[in-house]
Amino acid sequence: MYPQVLFQNRKPDRIATLDEYRQSGGYRALTDVLKNYSNKDVQQAVMDSNLLGRGGAAFPTGMKLMSVADDASFPRYIVCNADEMEPGTFKDRVLIHADPHMLIEGIIIAGFASLAEKGIIFIRPEYENAAGILEREIEIARKEGYLGENILGSEYSLEIVVHRSAGRYICGEVTALMNALMGKRPNPMKPPPYPTEKGLWNRPTVLSNVETFACIPHIIRNGGQWFKDLAKTEKGAGTKIFCISGKVQHPGCYELPLGIRLSEIIEKYAGGMLDGSEFKAFLPGGASTQFLPNQFYDIEMDFDSLRQAGSRLGTGAIMIFDHKTCLVGATLNLIEFFARESCGWCTPCREGLPYIRDLLHRIESGEGKREFIPMLERMSKHLWSAYCAFAPGAISPVEGLLNHFKDEVEEHIRLNTCPFK
Amino acid sequence: MIPKELRQSLKEHVDLFEHPEELVVDVMFAIQKHYGYLTDEGVQETAELLNMSALEIEQLATFYTFIYREAVGKYVIHVCDSVVCWMNGYESIWEYLCRKLGIQPGKTTSDGLFTLLKVCCIGYCDRSPAMLINRKAYGNLTPEKIDAILEKLKAEAK
Repeated sequence: MYPQVLFQNRKPDRIATLDEYRQSGGYRALTDVLKNYSNKDVQQAVMDSNLLGRGGAAFPTGMKLMSVADDASFPRYIVCNADEMEPGTFKDRVLIHADPHMLIEGIIIAGFASLAEKGIIFIRPEYENAAGILEREIEIARKEGYLGENILGSEYSLEIVVHRSAGRYICGEVTALMNALMGKRPNPMKPPPYPTEKGLWNRPTVLSNVETFACIPHIIRNGGQWFKDLAKTEKGAGTKIFCISGKVQHPGCYELPLGIRLSEIIEKYAGGMLDGSEFKAFLPGGASTQFLPNQFYDIEMDFDSLRQAGSRLGTGAIMIFDHKTCLVGATLNLIEFFARESCGWCTPCREGLPYIRDLLHRIESGEGKREFIPMLERMSKHLWSAYCAFAPGAISPVEGLLNHFKDEVEEHIRLNTCPFK
Repeated sequence: MIPKELRQSLKEHVDLFEHPEELVVDVMFAIQKHYGYLTDEGVQETAELLNMSALEIEQLATFYTFIYREAVGKYVIHVCDSVVCWMNGYESIWEYLCRKLGIQPGKTTSDGLFTLLKVCCIGYCDRSPAMLINRKAYGNLTPEKIDAILEKLKAEAK
């Protein structure tokens, strides 16, 4: 059993109360920070921990906090992205249902680091339960003096509100999310300016994922070196909540060291493959990562090693495909998702995804031609010239399919049918 | 027209905010709740409350998954069709629901109870195949389970 940091108070049937969170050391980091730290000290502490964003992009959180200029304008905003719409991902839902005050404390400390006075938790409509829990617990935190004017008697003040979205994948993209918060159509905007310079209402805005914020109180309490030592790999830092789903015995959320081997996650935690299922491929970090084949069954699940393997850790949502699952069909399903969810603002994404969907659909239904493969490759390259990260993410599974499972695609074309049907 | 009390309470809430536009989703949800869906009149009323144009509201209303611009049933069923549910048999669940309710995708049953829609990943991949009914999640779906859920909702609606 590995150390449980983010899930230390996780219970099977209910959330941890404020008292339970405090008994485990909760809000001690905030108390310490407000007494003994400058906002720069907090930025440095997060920087020293090598914490990388857990929402998919893996941007260094310390660097993000530091990119708010000293003389930047006020009010500044701190935004928590609880939109979690990456297919396969459900860790933030589980985390909020396990220990909401850990997230709240993390937002307050990060808010202090950037001297934000307004906090917003942006949450998807499917998580109405979680939104209700957060509103209730924010109120409890306020009554205890952790939020509001002059937190714990200090000079620092912060309010946090829960903002409900009406549901669209693109809202998870940082600039689209800001447009959504401002009541505009959530199209992404191409930086610069970056959100930490000019974000919400042109004010400096720091935005991070739920799991990223939840790491921060522990980093403050135990130090950057302790956080780095949690990981199994030398360059890794911290634990990671992996959500594993697909053809395994026990799909679910497991907090494990970064850099743990995939084989160990599958065999020890997910209970192995389903009876009669053989491991064929996996998506390591959500729908917008590349398929990897079974030669990577033992890979260390870390940002670096997955990048070297040609994929990404993404959100840590591992989806396991077995030998009976058609990967052309799976990729078609993923592209259907992206084509439907594209905001339609820029041409490569709006036009390219339906084009790729059409080619895959024809291949899957037995009308494929050999020349479709180079057409898929060419169109996938065009999607890299889209405005935001949505399109490059969207074609990742296509690239993975063509890199590692071209023979499966060719077999569809040769047989004029899906061999799995 | 929305009732005076609803308009008043929304107005008071909106007035508390420096940037009322940030409440547009909340206001659309509240007005949708009143009508059952966001009617043309509802779009106009949202626009007036927030001092935005009806066009601005329309482009949001048609963008978001959970704002309905057409009439829906008392219960809106959103069946997840993303990749994990796909590999765990969402297609047969979907076909079963269409057959059981006797409706085409996107339509509402003649008794006005159920509307059937597909939706992208709802974050219940550990319990796939899964669906939402009025935003409540149901997982590990089987035909038997669906029968029980629908029967219960029908009884509650009476």
